[in-house]
Amino acid sequence: MTARRLDSGGLIDRSKPISFWFDGKTYEGFEGDTLASALLANGVSIFGRSFKYHRPRGLWSAWVDEPNAIMNIRLNGKEHPNCLATTTYIEEGMAARSVNAFPTAKYDIKGGLDLFHRFLGAGFYYKTFIWPDWHLFEPAIRRMAGLGAVDREVLEDFQSAQHHAKCDVLVVGGGAAGLTAARAAAEAGKDVVLVDDQRVLGGSLYRCGVAADLDPSDWVAAQKDAIEGSGGRILTHTTAYGIYDHGLVALVQSQGFGRAPALLRMRAEQVIMATGALDRPITFSKNDLPGTMSLSAAGEYLARYGVLTAKKPLVMRNNSLASATVENLRAAGAKVEEIEHVDGITNQGRKHTTGLRIGKESIDADAVLVSGGLTPLVHLWRHAGGKLDWCETRQAFLPKPATDAMIAIGAANGTYDLAQAIEEAEAAGKGTPIYRPETTYITTPIETKPGSKGRQWIDFQHDVTLKDIEVAARENYVSVEHLKRYTTLGMASDQGKTSNMAGLTAMAALRGKPIPQVGTTTSRPPFVPVPLEIYHGAKTKQLWSPVKRLPLEDKHRDLDAALCEYGGWLRPGWYGKGDRDETIQKEAKAARDTGGIFDGSTLGKIEVMGPDAEAFLNFVYYNTIKTLKPGSIRYGFMLTEGGIVYDDGVVTRVDQNRFIVSCSSSHVDGVRTHLEAWRQDGNDPDRIFVHDQTTAWATVTVTGPKARDVLGRLDTTIDLSAEAFPHMTFREGAMGTISLRIARVSFSGDLSYEVSVPAGHAETLWDAITAAGKEQGVGPIGLEAMSILRAEKGFIIIGKDTDGETMPHDLGFTIPRAKKKAAFIGDRSLHTEKANAEDRKVLVGLSVADGDPPLATGAHAFTETPTRRSLGYVTSSYQSPNVGPIALAIIEAPHAKVGDTIKIWHKEEVREITICDPCRFDPEGGRLHA
Amino acid sequence: MQIFTCPFCGLRDEREFHFIAEAGKTRPDTLTQISDEDWAAYLHSHRNEKGHVREIWMHTTCGELFLLERDSVTMEVLGSTALREASQ
Repeated sequence: MTARRLDSGGLIDRSKPISFWFDGKTYEGFEGDTLASALLANGVSIFGRSFKYHRPRGLWSAWVDEPNAIMNIRLNGKEHPNCLATTTYIEEGMAARSVNAFPTAKYDIKGGLDLFHRFLGAGFYYKTFIWPDWHLFEPAIRRMAGLGAVDREVLEDFQSAQHHAKCDVLVVGGGAAGLTAARAAAEAGKDVVLVDDQRVLGGSLYRCGVAADLDPSDWVAAQKDAIEGSGGRILTHTTAYGIYDHGLVALVQSQGFGRAPALLRMRAEQVIMATGALDRPITFSKNDLPGTMSLSAAGEYLARYGVLTAKKPLVMRNNSLASATVENLRAAGAKVEEIEHVDGITNQGRKHTTGLRIGKESIDADAVLVSGGLTPLVHLWRHAGGKLDWCETRQAFLPKPATDAMIAIGAANGTYDLAQAIEEAEAAGKGTPIYRPETTYITTPIETKPGSKGRQWIDFQHDVTLKDIEVAARENYVSVEHLKRYTTLGMASDQGKTSNMAGLTAMAALRGKPIPQVGTTTSRPPFVPVPLEIYHGAKTKQLWSPVKRLPLEDKHRDLDAALCEYGGWLRPGWYGKGDRDETIQKEAKAARDTGGIFDGSTLGKIEVMGPDAEAFLNFVYYNTIKTLKPGSIRYGFMLTEGGIVYDDGVVTRVDQNRFIVSCSSSHVDGVRTHLEAWRQDGNDPDRIFVHDQTTAWATVTVTGPKARDVLGRLDTTIDLSAEAFPHMTFREGAMGTISLRIARVSFSGDLSYEVSVPAGHAETLWDAITAAGKEQGVGPIGLEAMSILRAEKGFIIIGKDTDGETMPHDLGFTIPRAKKKAAFIGDRSLHTEKANAEDRKVLVGLSVADGDPPLATGAHAFTETPTRRSLGYVTSSYQSPNVGPIALAIIEAPHAKVGDTIKIWHKEEVREITICDPCRFDPEGGRLHA
Repeated sequence: MQIFTCPFCGLRDEREFHFIAEAGKTRPDTLTQISDEDWAAYLHSHRNEKGHVREIWMHTTCGELFLLERDSVTMEVLGSTALREASQ
């Protein structure tokens, strides 16, 4: 390569040299250089290897559209995969390594793969590895595929900041048009934000010039001052990578290399797109050879970085705009020779171009600079739902007329002439847009000749050639969406920024149709690759999903409770620092022998009030609520309209028009929403009121044979005797000055009281109950022990012992289905063919012999006649210190008769188990009603 | 991310809202005979229109239901009305 750094010119700082590494060699560049410009200035020509054939690849472009120069970069001991050399500014000590090449891009041992290209065309995988089974080949192919390797080391402190911002006008692109529009809008009093993805504003001005007598840097500085002077904000090194619903523009802002970029969620009243346009490649034989570069890239390297790409380049172009760049290259000392594009051109050379052969004639050169016409960057326009028109004059898709929210200007709108673009931008910034001016641009379409000789590259990164497109067309993958997926055209990390138009042109030629009839693929965010970290940011752990905390948490901690998350709540699983399983067994046994004290504050307490509350709850519940007397409690289900059990719990009638719905701990928000939806939609919301009081009251449950003795020690106004306060009733009273509610309900199956006080008095209640318990030998128990107690009784947990098909009659609750007179949610669904099916899964107990290990939760019951299939599964299984191993299961009714044996399969082991009643403890209920 | 208007709280992020149902669907009187087909249609058939749609949404942070009119193609919000005003 004969590229070299010039002594002057460019935007780099020659007084600040920076040394860095590439493929094991050290190089020097300057402050302001990208990896690409610095390597080019050092004469490096091969930047990487292609994805499929491992062909040597050089630079094509100077910015985000680069398909070839992808590198793994190590800095400060951290590895960063797949960085684009053209957009990475160099830093001292950076070590870059080409991807997809070993040991180096220059000498790649897999380079020989290219010899087999005849066998590796489009559809090769689909056709070759189909027999006997793709999965046999997949591991080896996956190993060969892919670009940079990800380091195993986790990046510490790699956390993105996320900001929300708003403005009146967001201008995307800091070139001539963007700067002009931003200045005009800011001077008109608008709140303006201008973003540009480079560090230095100015877009293509440095290579195209502003005017003969004006220095681009001076002009840019003047615009910048004017914008900021009018209160506008300018964000450089910031890319607008996507537009989403309701005008949300996602901006990714670089924080420097190796640091997580920031995400800005910008809401703008209006978006002005001044995103510019890219140079298109020209397809000819071996057009992927290093040294073959976009003409505008050569212009950028010269203007921004002071690098002259070649001494004697050949220029092949089809449009009028390229002249300025050609002049600049000549002025910098290059011997530019311009040639016409004709059929049968072939690149010469093996690892770098040595010139072109046209027919029998050879022209020597050290670079081939091509310009196949401009493609406006309309990605953001498409994200926002904007439509495109094909422009025959410009041979490009252009944005359709603007809306109030979105306008494209400058090269992005096909206005390539600088003076015209500035005029258009000025008008757009002032809020009086003009329609696209008559263009001065002239371009001659380059026709793709199907069947022509040689390998002509369309997609450089994914190695898609013209022949591949011919194969796709021949095999009828003619829709652009099929073409893309069959050949992988445009699916590389550059997302077809260079290749899509070339591919479309080729397909149009093959089908003999105009380009607009062939269509385009859909642009989706992100415009440039962004790390997933920007969506993650600080939203982790407690900041993402905070646990709900008990008012008694400090008391539990004092007792060394094992605090675990259960359904969103941080609750004691068990108490003390002893062995987990032993402690749980001890607690479950003590609860039956003497008693247990349990924090039940998480239980839902949704108050439903008003003159229509009774009718409303009667409709919301499966069970009849109408007949419930004040002071009484009833257990019931809420169903979905599909008849599926949605929640279970007790409902308390405090008085005629006031109820407390006690739903599952983890289900309170859902039940509240469910109740509100039916209250407001279908009922008179002025006659029913729903008030979630769950966290307003703290609840301590006392359970076990000694529960009454413990509670009797407290100084309350409530008579606890069995006659005065029977099972399933509710009393209100006081403990000193503290108001008190006691519900005599039981989840353990023993005599049990749920005692509630306003949450601020939780510790007083807890202290009083634990002190009284101590005298009786009754201590606290955690949720794990309570789960065993309830399973001994066959009490279910919704969502654990039921699934998305369970109806109330599957759980043995059949009466409302048969007899309830009033309408209720889900009623009609309980009488469908499916609801009446004989093989519904029903709740059963499983009897495991004492001494045998408990069954595995989730283990399937199965039959082998006529063929092997699942009959249901174990939903809960525990070792109980009171009744031995126990399990609950839901099993198809014909196989679930008490006394039947059934086979349970778990990890190749099959056990024969007898079906029993779900209730294994105190079936007569003597202890419950004690 | 969309921005919806709660008739009570004003402009809010879409994550604060919960879709309830398409507007205009009436629950059949389940105390009368309802065919399997009619019940299935009530449960499962939705209009899922393209363009102007009328839907019932809940603003979960204030708990109120309202009628949201929007365009299902352009995602434009066309209006939101408190449910009790909408039903009058």
